Amino acid sequence: MSTPYAKLPAWADYGLIPLINLAVAFIVAGFVVMLVGENPFRAAVILVEGAFGKGTGIAFTLFYATTFIFTGLSVAVAAHCSLFNIGTEGQAYIGGLGIALVCLSLDSVLPWWAIFPIAIVAAAAFGALWGLIPAYLQAKRGSHIVITTIMFNFIAASVMVYLLVGALKPAGSQAPQTRNFLAGAELPKLNWIIELFGAKIRSAPLNICFLLALVMAFLVWLLIWRTRLGYEMRTYGHSPKAARYAGISETRIIITAMMISGALAGMMALNPVMGDQHNVAIDFVSGAGYVGIAVALMGRLHPVGIVLAAILFGMLYQGGAELAFEMPAISRDMIVIIQGLVILFAGALEHMFRPYIQALFASVSPKSVGMQAVKGKGA
Amino acid sequence: MAQAAIELIGINKSFGAVRANRDINLEVARGTIHGIVGENGAGKSTLMSILYGFYQADSGEIHVGGKPVSINTSNDAIALGIGMVHQHFMLVDNFTVLENIILGAENDVLLKSSIAKARSELDRLEREYGLEVDPDAVIEELPVGLQQRVEILKALYRGAEILILDEPTGVLTPAEADHLFRILKQLKEQGKTIVLITHKLREIMAITDTVSVMRQGTMVATRMTKETTVGELAELMVGRRVLLRVEKGQSEAGAVKLSVKNLTVKDSRGVTMVDNVSFDVRGGEIVGIAGVAGNGQSELLEAISGIRHAVSGEVMLDGKPIDLTGKADPGELRDRGLAHVPEDRHHVGLVLAFEENENSILGYHDDERYLKGPFLDVDAIMADAKDKIEKYDIRPGNPRLKTANFSGGNQQKIVLAREMEQDPGVLIVGQPTRGVDVGAIEFIHKRLIAMRDQGKAVLVVSVELDEIRSLSDRILVMFAGRVVGERGPDATEGELGLLMAGVEHQEAAE
Repeated sequence: MSTPYAKLPAWADYGLIPLINLAVAFIVAGFVVMLVGENPFRAAVILVEGAFGKGTGIAFTLFYATTFIFTGLSVAVAAHCSLFNIGTEGQAYIGGLGIALVCLSLDSVLPWWAIFPIAIVAAAAFGALWGLIPAYLQAKRGSHIVITTIMFNFIAASVMVYLLVGALKPAGSQAPQTRNFLAGAELPKLNWIIELFGAKIRSAPLNICFLLALVMAFLVWLLIWRTRLGYEMRTYGHSPKAARYAGISETRIIITAMMISGALAGMMALNPVMGDQHNVAIDFVSGAGYVGIAVALMGRLHPVGIVLAAILFGMLYQGGAELAFEMPAISRDMIVIIQGLVILFAGALEHMFRPYIQALFASVSPKSVGMQAVKGKGA
Repeated sequence: MAQAAIELIGINKSFGAVRANRDINLEVARGTIHGIVGENGAGKSTLMSILYGFYQADSGEIHVGGKPVSINTSNDAIALGIGMVHQHFMLVDNFTVLENIILGAENDVLLKSSIAKARSELDRLEREYGLEVDPDAVIEELPVGLQQRVEILKALYRGAEILILDEPTGVLTPAEADHLFRILKQLKEQGKTIVLITHKLREIMAITDTVSVMRQGTMVATRMTKETTVGELAELMVGRRVLLRVEKGQSEAGAVKLSVKNLTVKDSRGVTMVDNVSFDVRGGEIVGIAGVAGNGQSELLEAISGIRHAVSGEVMLDGKPIDLTGKADPGELRDRGLAHVPEDRHHVGLVLAFEENENSILGYHDDERYLKGPFLDVDAIMADAKDKIEKYDIRPGNPRLKTANFSGGNQQKIVLAREMEQDPGVLIVGQPTRGVDVGAIEFIHKRLIAMRDQGKAVLVVSVELDEIRSLSDRILVMFAGRVVGERGPDATEGELGLLMAGVEHQEAAE
């Protein structure tokens, strides 16, 4: 049976459709703002200005974006292997444990540039380990990765609470967190880059993890589309039967993909822990892992898309905080609703407008949709 | 001439830039069997989908029973008395025959009254058309031939006067196909009109009154079946002369390259699918395995190629055993010179979402020719893909195009090019030309024979008897997981058909 689904040109696929989804999300959010009796246009202005209007805002936006790039990449790598890793949250949390161990033991001895690489390795290794167990259970036992990774988020949370009120907490402290790291485990800020453009920054946590995130985005692109391993992951992701036929070991590919995914999730912890808080506190991930799912979906699993989507969510976080401050009627929960709407339209309802757009393109310029083969029966 | 049951006038349908149907005119006379033949992608399915309300034509008129009508949904088509029997049955497997027949035609909240009504109506239909089916049988327990009968009954139950059958014999044994044709003739005698879509020209000759040929979206000819020949139809379909039977010389069989001994394979439910099968394939010969789909051929291929584990038995490749106990890996077998063109190219042989060049290395992606360290050598892969495109005339010749956008024949060529160009010692091929158009069939057959002539051992599994007979130097017939007979290439169709149906097997046992 022929499928009358036309292919859209890349710019429409990757640019236009996400923009339309986003616009609809904001229109619906606008109605919500109206319901609480505020002016949606003023709210939109505050949101955007809060995120990009001042140097400090930009720095905060990019700081949040850094976190989401890591978690978005983590989800995307697993998704290319058709594994739905919902455990990014827990893997990032456990990644924080690795960082804590490195920083607490070395921060009095080594400078930041020596600790940083060790912390990267530790964060990645701990995250990877937390991805390995569900992967093993999936590959060997057929336990569904969605279920096991969700459960591992809870296990991670419990383990961290146990450690943060126990072994990792300095004696005498009443806060469930590690002691503050010394200067040796503090990462340099990047605010000077924004200041180069003339903006003033009071204090913002943007740090070199942002650059690391961009490097990882490039490496993920390289991995997925330019390496043998990425080829095998994509083959398995599209068709496990074809992978079996091609001699790709199911066990090996699932475990490898999940470990890479877990490692990227673990590296997310570097940003808040070493770049901002300088300690590991309870629940420092605070949902960034779940946002990563939305970021990966909205970015169409492509690193460039993920970076852009992460910046969008960074904007929602930062601008949303400003909005809650400026418009007291709009509470923190309202911001979550707006974020939820973006996730709903950009993620869950991603393809809602696609058929209409395709029809529009097909009627306006048939060539752009590149329909070539109308397949007959059995083709 | 009798009044036209259906008349299509100037039908046009485009998908984007592709004109699937251009200016199609078709007149189907009432009470006749009208065949429509054409290659894949010729637009037959699109045309029938327009008639059945799946698509709307961009322009043109449809007349049913002499009156212009508009058919926007399949319900409109049903209301006009048009019924369709799909190639892939639209039946609920775990429902009974009766439940399937009333599906979508339930008249009440409670089923009881509709079932009672359906039962008497079904009884009448069965008697009238000789379509015996047990109304209380569960679909999944019925053989395919009977399932198809249920599909026909479904259409008749809804009052169909015009029946469209889409490739109805693809899944049937020759005997079942004959039975279907008898039913169709009977339906015709009762005044029903039948449109038969097929690519099997022999069926057209055997049963239709009139035949229309489509090529590249246009209706190129309509002939009275009596006044045409298979050769003419094939030529009209392809637009040039076609060799229906490949020319091949005598085989020069050499040493045994692939040897299968007492192989037994079970499926995931533990049902024995291959039962104690033994045979050899020598270098320089093509061994064909005939059989109705589902008699263990698929599992046999999967076991030999390392995809599925065998329960017991021995497979030797070039005199060395393949580990069947669970460690055999398709990659390792490939390294040892066993190439495999799988039956299901959509899910196994290809990754349809990949670009063509990515598929041209599937399974050989760990070959150092395509790698630079851990990285794919994109330039080498592209050059290799272009080379294969040229050698195998794959169209369109763009290695960056998504594989799903190639036609069935070209997709199959992508797989064949990949496997044959590795210069394997043994080539096993499942359904070499399923869903492949006539022109490409000729090409593929020639290639397979060229492989044989180079001294390779070739094992072909196909449900197309014609194909088996024209390619093979020896024919094995599988029935219920066993090899029930071996014949030479000159075996008649009737002889093989009986073996395929397990008849001779049973007689021998008696």
